[in-house]
Amino acid sequence: MSVIYMLLAISITVAVIFFIAFIVAVRNGQYDDSYTPSVRMLFEDELVKEKPSESILTKKD
Amino acid sequence: MSKQIMRLQPCFHCGLDTKKSNITFDEKSFCCNGCKTVYEIFASNDLTCYYDLQSAPGATPKEIEGKYNFLDNDSIVEKLLEFNDDKTQIVTLFIPHIHCSSCIWILENLNKIHSGISSSQVNFGKKTVRVTFNPETYSLKNVVLLLSSIGYEPYISLDDFKTGKEHINRSLIYKLGIAGFAFGNIMFLSFPEYFQVNEFWLDQFKPMFRWLMFAFSLPVVFYSAQDYFISAYKGLRAKILNIDVPIALGIIVLFLRSTYIIMFNLGSGFFDSLAGLVFFLLIGKFFQQKTYSFLSFERDYKSYFPIAITKISEGEETSIQVYEIKKGDRLLIRNEELIPVDGILINGNATIDYSFVTGESETINKYSGDKLYAGGKQTSGMIEMEALKTVEQSYLTQLWSNDVFSKNKEDSFTTVTNSISKWFTLTILIIAFSSSIYWLFVDTSKVMNAFTAVLIIACPCAIALVAPFTFGNVLRIFGKQKFYLKNATVIEQLAAINTIIFDKTGTITSNKKGTATYEGDMLSSSEETLLKNTLRGSNHPLSRTLYDVLKENNIISLEEFEEHLGQGISAVHKDTSIKIGSAKFVGDLQEHSTLNTAVHISTNETYRGKFIFYNNYRKGLSKLFNKLKNKYELAILSGDNEGEFENLKKLLPAKTKLLFNQKPEDKLEYIKYHQSEGANILMIGDGLNDAGALAQSNVGIAISENVNVFSPACDAILDASKFNQLHNYITVSKKAMKIIEWSFVLSFVYNILGLYFAVTSQLSPVIAAILMPLSSISIVSFTTIATNFMCRNLK
Repeated sequence: MSVIYMLLAISITVAVIFFIAFIVAVRNGQYDDSYTPSVRMLFEDELVKEKPSESILTKKD
Repeated sequence: MSKQIMRLQPCFHCGLDTKKSNITFDEKSFCCNGCKTVYEIFASNDLTCYYDLQSAPGATPKEIEGKYNFLDNDSIVEKLLEFNDDKTQIVTLFIPHIHCSSCIWILENLNKIHSGISSSQVNFGKKTVRVTFNPETYSLKNVVLLLSSIGYEPYISLDDFKTGKEHINRSLIYKLGIAGFAFGNIMFLSFPEYFQVNEFWLDQFKPMFRWLMFAFSLPVVFYSAQDYFISAYKGLRAKILNIDVPIALGIIVLFLRSTYIIMFNLGSGFFDSLAGLVFFLLIGKFFQQKTYSFLSFERDYKSYFPIAITKISEGEETSIQVYEIKKGDRLLIRNEELIPVDGILINGNATIDYSFVTGESETINKYSGDKLYAGGKQTSGMIEMEALKTVEQSYLTQLWSNDVFSKNKEDSFTTVTNSISKWFTLTILIIAFSSSIYWLFVDTSKVMNAFTAVLIIACPCAIALVAPFTFGNVLRIFGKQKFYLKNATVIEQLAAINTIIFDKTGTITSNKKGTATYEGDMLSSSEETLLKNTLRGSNHPLSRTLYDVLKENNIISLEEFEEHLGQGISAVHKDTSIKIGSAKFVGDLQEHSTLNTAVHISTNETYRGKFIFYNNYRKGLSKLFNKLKNKYELAILSGDNEGEFENLKKLLPAKTKLLFNQKPEDKLEYIKYHQSEGANILMIGDGLNDAGALAQSNVGIAISENVNVFSPACDAILDASKFNQLHNYITVSKKAMKIIEWSFVLSFVYNILGLYFAVTSQLSPVIAAILMPLSSISIVSFTTIATNFMCRNLK
């Protein structure tokens, strides 16, 4: 019977952990700018430019 | 000429045509050396990816010699920095040019250009970049100069000069998160109760589940819902029954009754409905809160004015804060700098652009000894002036001491929701009391039950959601059509308009290309060719306009070409010389009575004639006025002289009032007077001189050629290209009010249905849990579909 107390405790703990994660995310400003990160994540590879001729504009197939 | 453009590549950096220049570098053509230099900076730092993400994304760097010398002044720098210690300094700069992914990329790779910058982060929505740098090797001035040199000149204005950093209010997101979190968990915990499962263990745990629900509901009631209690309390104190009164009442009753129920083990209570109610209400608030972070609706002169200015004392130049300017100070104004105070021109030729103030883009020439007014921008060379007043006392800035700027328009406006909630609340209270009186005689045990049930079921969740969702949706649709509203209340106020007042210059006229007619001796075709080719070399706005007006001609190369600052241009080709410019410059001695701007022309030192410029009215102006004239009073308030009176008369409906020579205060007073006569006024303007009128009117719309640059404080910003759609926007606002009325009817149907359960004392938690979300969701879908349907024709 006491196992249900365990389960309850665990499920609520998990829920609270996610809740805290949400609060922390808001506090760090993750919800302040919802556009720029979506562009930024596409930039990762742009700096390594070994073959400058093969840019996005000139790529054919 | 079109062939020539085809043959030449557009500038690799900024996309302008390169026909006038002949600059190539790295097999790429550039329109000017500035663009080439930026390319060189990027190329030498391996940053040419900039051009791969978008083609020609750049801007030509402007001449900024000495402009940022004030950043050597530590006390000014101190004010601008967000964080400051020995090793790190952080600054957030507003950069109007940010417009594409290339911009984000290059600005976030500033550290590749100079190691003094450790990192930089762009906020695309707000058009800001936050730069972290090491003050030991780099300074704020270096950062600004670097940004300017690559075409991303930051905009630093007097507005940045405030102590204390902005506090971002995120409480609505927290509240919404908490309500949603509690709502979900309470729903889970009440599942067994919904389905009446009679399982041994579940029955054993029922009390515990119920107390858990109680625990989850605490933060919802005491944190998430607190705005409703506060607003209801404020409303009651002001003797107004606003919509938050029945909501707050419903929440309190829900909470108390549920607590009572579980305390005496009578059932599971209404905690699920409670959390759901608050959650839905907050979603409505969140939805309505659409803000355009890159626009500002609160701008006053501080956003236009520079933070510092160069003062000359005893032959030495020092940067001082604008607020420190005293009467009698000798000031140095460089090219492209703004005049911060009223004063007298001492040295140099001033060509002042007052477009910030009046919306008139044409420059005005001033000579030594002339009076200069604050707000003008010097556009040619350096001038020296003596301050006559301080910043706050200047002609333009004085306008802001008018108390119209400290009033909040929303406070004095009763929204449709609040006007309905008055009798709604009264009706509910009457029903609640009469049903309890009824049960008092029939069955005393059900009195409290019925009374609380009425208050619970009547909680006007749906009614409170109607306006936020309708307006929120219209706000978004308008935003896509380049009509940006400050908040949702503006839609309601727009629907109630009966008078529309327009500013002239820059509002109903466009800043671009005017039209010009020629008066005087006919020019021969070779003279016309010469004229056109002379104008080609000049960058003066009038030259550009005239150039566009004249028909195509062959391109010839001039033997001599000279631009005389503030006077005109002269050129020689073969045996013909030409002079274009002011009457004095071309040697015309006659008096001119015309009120309109004119450019005079002489060839071989004999006067030939003049081009007279007329305002170019926006496309669709006549049509728009004809559409509006039947429903609204129309008026035009212009700060200019009557030069355009006849022209306007022909163009506009006869009953349009035309008033000229209006000072900023006159416009404000005019609106105030008509408001006292009962008019609901929509003011449409553009310059700082309209700021008072925009603030005083019921709805103030600022017209802007480019919404990223600056417009005065207002309720809405309209992109100039959509000016002729104004009529449609007002119609849509009116239709939105109709939709809201229909939605109210729909939600009353739900309320009556719910009240049936309530007064007969049959309200069970399941019914409440179904009815409340059902009504809210169906109403929200109705308004969303209806507004989208209504706006389908909006273009």
